[in-house]
Amino acid sequence: MNFYGVRAIYGFEMARTWRTLFQSVVAPVVTTSLYFVVFGAAIGSQIDEIDGVSYGAFIVPGLIMLMVLTQSTTNAAFGIYFPKFTGTIYEVLSAPVSFYEVVMGYVGAAATKAVMLGLIILATASLFVPLQIAHPLWMLAFLILTATTFSLIGFIIGIWADNFEKLQFVPLLVITPLAFLGGTFYSIDMLPPVWQTVTLFNPVLYLVSGFRWSFYGIGDVSVAVSVLMILLFLALALAVVAWIFRTGYRLRS
Amino acid sequence: MTRDTIAVFRRRPPEPTPAAGSVTTERVVAAPAVSVQSLSKTYESGFQALRRVSLEIRRGEIFALLGPNGAGKTTLIGIICGLVMPSEGSVAVNGYDILRDWRITRSLIGLVPQELATDTFETVSATVSFSRGLFGKPPNEAHIEQVLRDLSLWDKRNDKIQTLSGGMKRRLLIAKALAHEPDVLFLDEPTAGVDVELRRDMWALIRALRDRGVTIILTTHYIEEAEDMADRVGVIQRGQIVLVEETAELMRQLGRKALKLHLKTPLDEIPTALAHHQLELSADGMELTYTFTPEASDRSGVAHLLQDLSAAGIAFRDLHTEQSSLEDIFVDLVREQS
Ligand SMILES: Nc1ncnc2c1ncn2[C@@H]1O[C@H](COP(=O)(O)OP(=O)(O)OP(=O)(O)O)[C@@H](O)[C@H]1O
Ligand SMILES: [Mg+2]
Repeated sequence: MNFYGVRAIYGFEMARTWRTLFQSVVAPVVTTSLYFVVFGAAIGSQIDEIDGVSYGAFIVPGLIMLMVLTQSTTNAAFGIYFPKFTGTIYEVLSAPVSFYEVVMGYVGAAATKAVMLGLIILATASLFVPLQIAHPLWMLAFLILTATTFSLIGFIIGIWADNFEKLQFVPLLVITPLAFLGGTFYSIDMLPPVWQTVTLFNPVLYLVSGFRWSFYGIGDVSVAVSVLMILLFLALALAVVAWIFRTGYRLRS
Repeated sequence: MTRDTIAVFRRRPPEPTPAAGSVTTERVVAAPAVSVQSLSKTYESGFQALRRVSLEIRRGEIFALLGPNGAGKTTLIGIICGLVMPSEGSVAVNGYDILRDWRITRSLIGLVPQELATDTFETVSATVSFSRGLFGKPPNEAHIEQVLRDLSLWDKRNDKIQTLSGGMKRRLLIAKALAHEPDVLFLDEPTAGVDVELRRDMWALIRALRDRGVTIILTTHYIEEAEDMADRVGVIQRGQIVLVEETAELMRQLGRKALKLHLKTPLDEIPTALAHHQLELSADGMELTYTFTPEASDRSGVAHLLQDLSAAGIAFRDLHTEQSSLEDIFVDLVREQS
């Protein structure tokens, strides 16, 4: 195992995060604050409590998930796509680092950044609404697992993409809609029965539900199902990474 | 590359096993720096860039790989360094197979790519330290400083890469390649875009590296560089090695000398008494050119020629000799092949 190699990639990616600290932290914080003003205060005041939780507090876990999902995907995708685009990937490919070590470096950094972002949003949210976290360790576990899984998905997208459009396609047109429709801003009980069933096919529902459970002890599906689903997604993402690794897909000619 | 070889490449841990054929550690030690065996590469497009290339690079030599655009130089280097998958054949570096012992061979190799691919926002010293770590070496500030000084980049160490000029970026790529103290250094057109003075510095550095025992393989289109610098040259043409030779030997065998005589009075034609010498008369009849290979037997030819000239009563005002350059040899070779 090339420890220094993994550390070099991780450090390089984290340096990129610190360098772009403003846009990578301030932008999501501002966006989240806007959501609170619009959904929490303006609209939320018209909405009843859900399972005894005020609407403003109810959307906090969903909002964090929304940000973590989109940010980890785009950040990891960009992290590996950019060296491919500029050609600097030659160095990683010629170095004594295995593909898994490359994944550890890039995905580790993207996940770290996403977790930090999630915690910052959580802190921001606590300024707007009274928060309680029933299961803090589970909360962290969900956050880390989700950030890791979606950083892996982002990494895969970054490897697959050979132009900027493809790079943005999945985060923008798949992840964001799924996140919005996955119970971020509502409980699926509020939907007509047909849509409740449809929503069960949305993977994000399980993430949001489990995460929300760690806050308030309530969820659209049972927490065991949530945990199983997130582990399943993680396994799927790892399987695709392993496939890329075996075939050398799109990295070496 | 087939799936099976990738499985071997990936799954087996890098154990310090010698390449096929080498059984003892001593043989690994004695193995050539790079040994390429019947290497072929067909790109996915179906284009065959290398055809059964075999080549040995000796330890501690400077080897110049010459060839026209598209000959396969970068492809060959790419395979040895792990950027391109070989289709057939094998490569060993210091006796270690590049696929089976990839971790070892890659940490032995430094690569300066042909394309100027650099980061943008990172600083010079950060990117060089990054390279060292990537290749598995613990931090060593003193070494990084030495490398940056050697490449006249020390003053720029805190500058962002985007503020460097093209020639500085090229030197930065060399610094990155040297950051992990490689045994074998590949330089794919290192002097493209580097000014004359810095090019001289760069060659001095490359000689110094060789003197420290680093094996250097470079490609260049400046043939005089290969002539000056390289211990041996190899010529690749349409994916095939067409010649490998000691530079000095090549110059001796293929280098031609021309003796030019400026006559006092013009000649209408070459006198029959001189017909057996290889002479050419210029259009104005004022200059005789005698072409010979600089070997002992031929050198006596010059003496005979001069005797015959004076016997024939041909007087000359001046004479000088010209030696064909590696470039002439190269152009001839390439023309012959095509
Ligand atoms: N990824 C690729 N896919 C298909 N063909 C390729 C690829 N890379 C290179 N080739 C082809 O392989 C041949 C050899 O290319 P290579 O880059 O090795 O040449 P070179 O000798 O380095 O040339 P130059 O002096 O121009 O750098 C060329 O005909 C090139 O078009
Ligand atoms: Mg080339």
